[in-house]
Amino acid sequence: MHVVTLDSDTDFDGWRTAARALVMNDVRPADVTWRVKGAAPDLFDDAAETQLPEVPKGTFSVPASFMELAESAILHRDPNRFALLYRLLWRLKANHDLMEIATDPDVAQANALARGVRRDVHKMHAFVRFREIGREREARYVAWFEPEHHVVECAAPFFARRFADMPWSILTPEICAHWDGSHVSFTPGVSKAEAPSEDRLEEVWLRYYASIFNPARLKVKAMEKEMPKKYWQNLPEAKLIQPLIAATARRTTDMIAEPGTEPHKPQKRVEDAAMTRKPKARGEADAETSRELDTTDLESLREQAAACRACPLWKDATQTVFGEGPEHAPLMLVGEQPGDKEDLAGHPFVGPAGQMLDRALAEAGIDRSKVYVTNAVKHFKFVPRGKIRLHQKPNTPEIKACRQWYERELAAVRPALVVALGATAAQSVLGKITPVNRSRGHVIDLPDGPKAMVTVHPSYLLRLPDADAKAREYERFVEDLKVAARAMKHAAHAA
Amino acid sequence: MELLRKLEILADAAKYDASCASSGTEMRDSRDGKGLGSTAPGMGICHSYAPDGRCISLLKILLTNACNYDCLYCVNRASSNVARARFTVDEVVKLTIDFYRRNYIEGLFLSSGIIRSPDYTMEQVVSVARKLREEHRFRGYIHLKTIPEADEALIAEAGRYADRLSINIETPLEASLTKLAPEKDQRAIRRTMGRLRLKLDETAEAKKTARRARPPRFAPAGQSTQMIVGADDANDRTILSTSANLYGAYKLRRVYYSAFSPIPDASRALPLQAPPLVREHRLYQADWLMRFYGFDADEIVEESEGMLPLDIDPKLAWALRHRDRFPLDINTASREELLRVPGFGTRTVERILSTRRTTTIRFADLAQLNVIRNKALPFIVLSDHRPQPSLLDGAGLAARLRPKPQQLGFGF
Repeated sequence: MHVVTLDSDTDFDGWRTAARALVMNDVRPADVTWRVKGAAPDLFDDAAETQLPEVPKGTFSVPASFMELAESAILHRDPNRFALLYRLLWRLKANHDLMEIATDPDVAQANALARGVRRDVHKMHAFVRFREIGREREARYVAWFEPEHHVVECAAPFFARRFADMPWSILTPEICAHWDGSHVSFTPGVSKAEAPSEDRLEEVWLRYYASIFNPARLKVKAMEKEMPKKYWQNLPEAKLIQPLIAATARRTTDMIAEPGTEPHKPQKRVEDAAMTRKPKARGEADAETSRELDTTDLESLREQAAACRACPLWKDATQTVFGEGPEHAPLMLVGEQPGDKEDLAGHPFVGPAGQMLDRALAEAGIDRSKVYVTNAVKHFKFVPRGKIRLHQKPNTPEIKACRQWYERELAAVRPALVVALGATAAQSVLGKITPVNRSRGHVIDLPDGPKAMVTVHPSYLLRLPDADAKAREYERFVEDLKVAARAMKHAAHAA
Repeated sequence: MELLRKLEILADAAKYDASCASSGTEMRDSRDGKGLGSTAPGMGICHSYAPDGRCISLLKILLTNACNYDCLYCVNRASSNVARARFTVDEVVKLTIDFYRRNYIEGLFLSSGIIRSPDYTMEQVVSVARKLREEHRFRGYIHLKTIPEADEALIAEAGRYADRLSINIETPLEASLTKLAPEKDQRAIRRTMGRLRLKLDETAEAKKTARRARPPRFAPAGQSTQMIVGADDANDRTILSTSANLYGAYKLRRVYYSAFSPIPDASRALPLQAPPLVREHRLYQADWLMRFYGFDADEIVEESEGMLPLDIDPKLAWALRHRDRFPLDINTASREELLRVPGFGTRTVERILSTRRTTTIRFADLAQLNVIRNKALPFIVLSDHRPQPSLLDGAGLAARLRPKPQQLGFGF
């Protein structure tokens, strides 16, 4: 029989040294008794302290998860914790994966102890209430707390990191922690009488506590689950709990029964009213929309399109992404629809496909700032997949519903050439379903108006998996844009 | 006005906002001795709980409860007769620091009624955070309410000081917002959320490219929003699909559901009854299923029903509708499948996965795995347990799993 006496309830190093010596000598758990110095001895425990055996040469490794668990679990008040942890250590010799078996009773119990300790540390971080002694620069902050387990030393560094600029002490019955601005030190426990019993701010805190409580939603059980009654005695606000609960029924009934009062007519000061951005009620906006339906300037088109409800795509999208560019740009680029980033930013072609387009335009010698860029469909169509939004191709009714905006942009901008990027754009520009590959790169005359050309959408290039194909297709895309650049110049000369 | 009275009015006015978290931000502390405060990286700290069961983690107050807007559901609407008050910037700063030093709070959650203009209001809110961070070197948590349509530069500044920014979507349906809050525009709210997400993405992206200097910080705890439940007739299916859209579009950390509760001096246009707290609870559970259990919004609520059942939790309800997928052998099922078993939490599933790598899980092990047994047993198979086929297929199963009716009594 081995009897090991540890220096204190939190003497992890002592436990570790002894446990290591014992386990390397293959001492069975049943043959070890663990004690803490100064603790009352067990009634039947008359065994004397024994010398630890020599540690034989060699190593014994344990999983890191065990060490982590042991360091926490040892702080539990359970007197059997040292023996439990030694038993686990001893069993780890035979089964290195033991810690992974959550259903093992020893593992489960040790996990439960560690959980209890972690919770107690967390509650100490939360429920310590400092009281100020002295004022302002000379102030010290002193708290009284009664943890359930031996967690003061473990919880103290948190307070040192948080309240580094003020001297504080946390007094408990077992041990006290102090911070002097550079070090944490520990002294023996004291009685509650030695802790300050009031603070000048407590009344303010209580007033806040009472006001932030909503009597219409009393949930006492939920409160007690997170703030168990054992902590109440040291929480100043806890004395309000019973009176607040008692007054709840009356306050709620009054609130419900009370007839609505005459609405108050706010009298705004003149300068305030002038400074207030008066938001338009939506009814007014709609009326305006119908009145201005015939305008052709881009700004009013943009405003009208912002309220477009012609197809259901507006519902899930953030906003209408309207075209952008100079009022009378010679070239108009039409894409498919805004993507994730365009939807958030409210501008066309700002995402990855937009960057690809910018690069290709520059290579083809086209200045993007002189081009009008828009999309066939002006709301982002997608399906949500967890935290991302997957792009969906717009269908024909949606393209048709949105075509009015393209037509009106076209009428306002009057470009010499329209380039449709991809099949959706081609459908809108040419007014019918048009396969891109067959008609790509040719400049064609539209019945009444500008010339048009079809090419691929830059996002097609982004999707190509093969690097060679990507480079080749990119070159073709730039070639198409060069054709467009020439056609545009030609048209400008002709005009 | 006396400070205590102001605090009373402005805390009271803030109590309807459900968000409370102080988690998920970057790690900070004041060990350099030049400031005050720290943030916990993992979970936030709730310093107290009110009898409404909600945690008090932050000093949650309004800068002022005066407001130009007349939102029917809001106690601070322009036409309400509540007492009005306004804090000065310095008063809020001092209160925050004083409370923080006593370990009453994790930080500040500041919101405000809209006075003068969105820009003016936002500027006031930002100036509190600026003063806390720059003059007092406060390193605790700050959550600021973003005023929709406030200037982009102000929002960027808010993100520099705040840990989290939020804008309340208010109602799940755009149409009800039009009716209840005539001055608010859901599209403007969504545009602002979109802008915030772009900023958050940019910052995250810049952090990855190591060569560049550290980007200016921007709301490291992300953005959140709140939806009021029960002030309009939107059903749970609509609410959850709105949430799914918000999570997907703006990468929100949280959507908070706030059961509409009677307010003093309420408008007559609203349902004046006890708030639907159970419904709110079910929505939080359903939200959890979307965020941690791999459920899609539209499979949680039956299309024909529209509402979550109140007597059983949404996962159990889903399992009862999909009995053909059960019973599941927990010694072989995939993680995705295990996450769908009623009575299994995410930790339970992790424990099962790690345990079954070395040993077979048996009936007696369920207690150690923290399984809610009466919920789970009809749906699982173990080497020494197989539910009666008649149980899973029978009509009695739902009745068996529903909570027993209780005799109403007096609370003695």
